[in-house]
Amino acid sequence: MKIKARLFTSGFIHVLAGVVALLWLFPYAWMTLTSFKSFDEIIQRPTALLPGSPNLSAYREVFSQVPVGRYMLITLWVATAIALIQIALALPAGYALAKLRFRGNGLAFGLVLACLLIPTQMTFVPIFLMFSKLRLVNSLTSLILPFGASALGTFMVRQALLSVPDEVIEAARLDGASEFTIVYRVLAPMLKPTLIAIFLVSFVFHYNDYFWPLVMTTDDSVRTLPLGIALLREPGTGVRWDVVMAGNVILSLPMIALFSVSQRYLILGLTKR
Amino acid sequence: MMRPRKWSDPGWMLAPTTILLIVFFIAPIGIAVYQSFFSWDLLTPPKAVGGANYLAIFKSGELLRVTGRTLFFSAMVVTGAMSIGLALALLLNRRGLWFSFVRSAVFSAYVVSWVAVALLWLWILDPDRGIVAKGLHVAGVSSVKLLNHPDTVLPVLAGVTVWKITGYAMIMFLTGLQAIPNEVIEAARLDGAGAWSRFRFIIWPMLRPTGTFVGTTSLVISFQAFDVVRVMTQGGPARASTLFVYAIYESIFMNLRVGTASALTVAFFVVLLSLSWLQIRAWRQKA
Repeated sequence: MKIKARLFTSGFIHVLAGVVALLWLFPYAWMTLTSFKSFDEIIQRPTALLPGSPNLSAYREVFSQVPVGRYMLITLWVATAIALIQIALALPAGYALAKLRFRGNGLAFGLVLACLLIPTQMTFVPIFLMFSKLRLVNSLTSLILPFGASALGTFMVRQALLSVPDEVIEAARLDGASEFTIVYRVLAPMLKPTLIAIFLVSFVFHYNDYFWPLVMTTDDSVRTLPLGIALLREPGTGVRWDVVMAGNVILSLPMIALFSVSQRYLILGLTKR
Repeated sequence: MMRPRKWSDPGWMLAPTTILLIVFFIAPIGIAVYQSFFSWDLLTPPKAVGGANYLAIFKSGELLRVTGRTLFFSAMVVTGAMSIGLALALLLNRRGLWFSFVRSAVFSAYVVSWVAVALLWLWILDPDRGIVAKGLHVAGVSSVKLLNHPDTVLPVLAGVTVWKITGYAMIMFLTGLQAIPNEVIEAARLDGAGAWSRFRFIIWPMLRPTGTFVGTTSLVISFQAFDVVRVMTQGGPARASTLFVYAIYESIFMNLRVGTASALTVAFFVVLLSLSWLQIRAWRQKA
């Protein structure tokens, strides 16, 4: 009797988990299925699950309306540059904060903590005014430079370095390594999981970012992919949902692929704060 | 801690980071405060107007309405993401490929862009051809325009936000759950504690720090909501979904009012910081 009840509970939990999975996976499935339908089909049979005659016309339409390749390249370039610069700057800064005794250490650490609390939504008006004065709106600089230093990345490097014994650094100094070598050649390899996590969290965030590029660009010159895809849906009647969903698939596929190979590090990056 | 080799070492190590943080995080707040005392349309020279911008957003009721709306939205998102995230963590904290697959499915929404999520739900909720409207049509409910009605638009936007960030809350709670030693829970079970009292008296108190963190983070995330508003409703209908950041965006880029935008930014700063502070304090006192 007891075993039967156990089996029943376990079965129920598996099914419940299945319902949860469906709640999160069905929207993706619906997006993908829609992208393979034709517009006529969407109008005539809006609830048909599978496309009657799957075709790529919606994708062709996306490529003809939006320079997908160029936007994708700009987006990848911006996200990669930001993530790499953040790591390059966070390493020495985190090292100084975690390991070196000097006047102003507390003050510098306080600055990092304070900046953790300041989101870009609070700073975009003044930064936009600054950049428009310097004629830097619509430039890669305006997309990359404000994120060059990451308070979170610096904080994470500092925390990770706290658990590295001072002896490691002393030994390297005795071997004649310069401080530069110690930071980038000795300590960086030891922090590999942390650095990968910082890279991934930052890369994913800036690849997906819609707000900052929207505010800092007024024309096509450095437009990123999320902006381009959002433009596929012009407000008003008769939205081509097959085209919009095809754009959506193009936009999300790289992130889902990245997520499936690096989930462990991403979660590490989010939970180790 | 050790002595720097040269007195100048901390300087070059910290200079790039501190300069960038000051220029792009600290200074902008000062500039916003300064600009909030001017009236400027980006075309003609700015005019000093004293506190008129603040008076205007206060007197017109704009500030109160926007703050109220955003708080209402945030309350829905925080409760939704925390309760569902915790429930999912408890449900999915099990071994096996199936549960790990379901966990990934829920978490994946956190990694996909806000634009994609907003467009996707816009299509699902489309009043003419969306699958929700069609489903309800079959069930006899006609013409559901959830996004076109001032009373339902915010709950719908909150629902989409919860769908997107619950995976994050779940992951945080899972990490917290896994930090609770199994022996403690087993001991309680042997003492005859049922599932509910195990949760109430052992699991929940030990999850409290995680709860504080998830609560504050989702509060901050929801208070900054912009993408869903901009893509799904453009603040409408009748400004019913004009949340704080969208109001700032609107006043500078659509109405060309730098002073108003700056005054709203300063207000946003004050509200957000006091909220984080209040919440951290409230949780500390309870613990």
